[in-house]
Amino acid sequence: MNAVTRIHSRSAVLVDENIDTDRIIPARFLTTTTRSGLGRHCFSDWRYLPDGSDNPAFALNQPTARGCSILVAGRNFGCGSSREHAPWALLDYGIEAVLSCEIADIFRSNALKNGLLAIVLSEAEHRWLLDHPGIELAIDLRTQTISLPDGGRIAFEIDAFARQCLLEGVDQLGYLLARSAQVDAYLQRRAAAASAGVAA
Amino acid sequence: MSAPRTLFEKVWDAHLVCAQTSDTPAVLFIDLHLIHEVTSPQAFDELRARGLGVRHPERTLATLDHSTPTLPGDADGERPYATPAAKAQVEQLQANCGEFGVHLHGWDSSERGIVHVIGPELGATLPGSTIVCGDSHTSTHGAFGALAFGIGTTEVGHVLASQCLLQSKPKTMAIEVDGALPAGVSAKDLILHIIGQIGIAGGTGHVIEYRGAAIRALSMEERMTVCNMSIEAGARAGMIAPDEVTFDWLTGRPRVPRGAAWDGAVVHWRTLASDPGARFDQTVHIDAGKVRPTVTWGTHPGMAIALDAPVPAARDAVEQRALDYMQAHSGRAMLGTRVDVVFVGSCTNGRLSDLREVAAILHGRRVASHVRMLVVPGSESVRRAAEAEGLHHTILAAGAQWRLPGCSMCIAMNGDIAAKGELVVSTSNRNFEGRQGQGARTVLASPAVAAASAIAGHLADPRQYLNEAAA
Ligand code: SF4
Repeated sequence: MNAVTRIHSRSAVLVDENIDTDRIIPARFLTTTTRSGLGRHCFSDWRYLPDGSDNPAFALNQPTARGCSILVAGRNFGCGSSREHAPWALLDYGIEAVLSCEIADIFRSNALKNGLLAIVLSEAEHRWLLDHPGIELAIDLRTQTISLPDGGRIAFEIDAFARQCLLEGVDQLGYLLARSAQVDAYLQRRAAAASAGVAA
Repeated sequence: MSAPRTLFEKVWDAHLVCAQTSDTPAVLFIDLHLIHEVTSPQAFDELRARGLGVRHPERTLATLDHSTPTLPGDADGERPYATPAAKAQVEQLQANCGEFGVHLHGWDSSERGIVHVIGPELGATLPGSTIVCGDSHTSTHGAFGALAFGIGTTEVGHVLASQCLLQSKPKTMAIEVDGALPAGVSAKDLILHIIGQIGIAGGTGHVIEYRGAAIRALSMEERMTVCNMSIEAGARAGMIAPDEVTFDWLTGRPRVPRGAAWDGAVVHWRTLASDPGARFDQTVHIDAGKVRPTVTWGTHPGMAIALDAPVPAARDAVEQRALDYMQAHSGRAMLGTRVDVVFVGSCTNGRLSDLREVAAILHGRRVASHVRMLVVPGSESVRRAAEAEGLHHTILAAGAQWRLPGCSMCIAMNGDIAAKGELVVSTSNRNFEGRQGQGARTVLASPAVAAASAIAGHLADPRQYLNEAAA
């Protein structure tokens, strides 16, 4: 995974609340056995008209939203399924950060493991960003701030461990594998407790 | 005496390989890892790319369910896959399980079925254990007092390689369901009612423990229906303390401990219930006596309402969009809405008790001529048991289809889909836009409401048929 430190882009806005994983990537595209190439299916049923042409009413099809890598989305983004195809599709589509005031648990965890910044803001900050689509934002993961064009800044919280992994470009499996001895010790403790009649 | 702990905390503490610190999440040991064809291929690729194996194949259990056709193969054994990609995905899991030594309940297995149906059936789902799967409805297994939750594909790789997960400790929420469910009102009505009350993000960041007299009174199947939909309230997991109902249900199942080990396990499992005085971060009270047959009117499971209550007016653009998509009318009840398709199945309501309920209502009646009804057992075991009781005869005689086990129309990626605009009454768990086919409209309901609606041709209250049957 590549290190993520700064993301600089205009914002694209999807105001809808509860954008679920079926809307991000419909289930019929889940029969893939790879991670790549899902961007063309991202938001498929929303983004294309029945004849396959772009739906002009879809916010991300607006000329001003093209090429944006920061998505500001309505409350409870990513609810529904655990499919990691959702962050894969967004990344392949070109989105590198999703900002909302509430992001579903499993989606957020999946996103951060793939280098897609899923950032939860306060309701007021979120409201303001929803109301100002297309503004230049600079997200700095190191300082945990979002810079606004007028020089203002929004500070954000993010899981400390996920942040460290993103900054260093390391994935979490290496960390887990390095704990193999602790896992062995844990299993020994459990076996000992079980044979002593105290279930672990 | 240590501080009183909740059920969740006891299971969490017992699986800590490394405790959580301010900089690092906890390392949690996973007792059982369930896998299926859709969310595992990229994880196996990762293992191959790094030259890693599966650390505990004996703690890993695979099945085919999501992309699998529910119609039988032809004379040459060629199965009617929806697409070549679906077939390739199934073959990929077969190859991966072979290569990595993981036990697969594949096409030739008499135990194949939906991952959350077969785990409990096999007795692989045990109280007090940690269970994960690349599928959000893993919360189902919490009905046994397990800590069970859905994970993404990267984490599937983590568990395959290390049998552990990095986790931050979630918060806890108690849902106390007091009183008793009225006659003819099911566990599905209860959980739809609960999600309607707390909302689809009401449980975000939390593990729910369902408690109270009405929960204790539920059968194991009903408890699974409730825990299954915890994720629809945004929760990571749902749990119910194990009790005699749990132990009776598990007794003698293929993978449970035997002899003295079983006795010892039961003694331990009895200690898992939350201690008196244990603190939850949030507590919600629900009066079971007030629950009526409940369905959804909109495009997420929180848009739920009693079948005979008026659909609310839209309070915002989201609700207006939902009303428009569903072609539902504010002020009018869902009862009486014309139905095109009825789907009975899924890990929410595809077990034997669900099929019995459906057959009881279909018995001696016909599915309305304009309605297509699919009944899809949750597993091969469910199918065998249902056929042994002759339920399939009743179902077929009523004009419904009796299919092979799988997820089928719950996720509609195997070819079982509804057409644009069709209204589906579904016993599954998600009514998102397009979930059962592009432009298809889903109404979530209990098996009894689904069966009654199939006969009536419109959304109907099952109690009228149950009463007739009894009379
Ligand atoms: S039945 Fe539906 S919810 Fe259950 S595992 Fe299959 S697709 Fe997921």
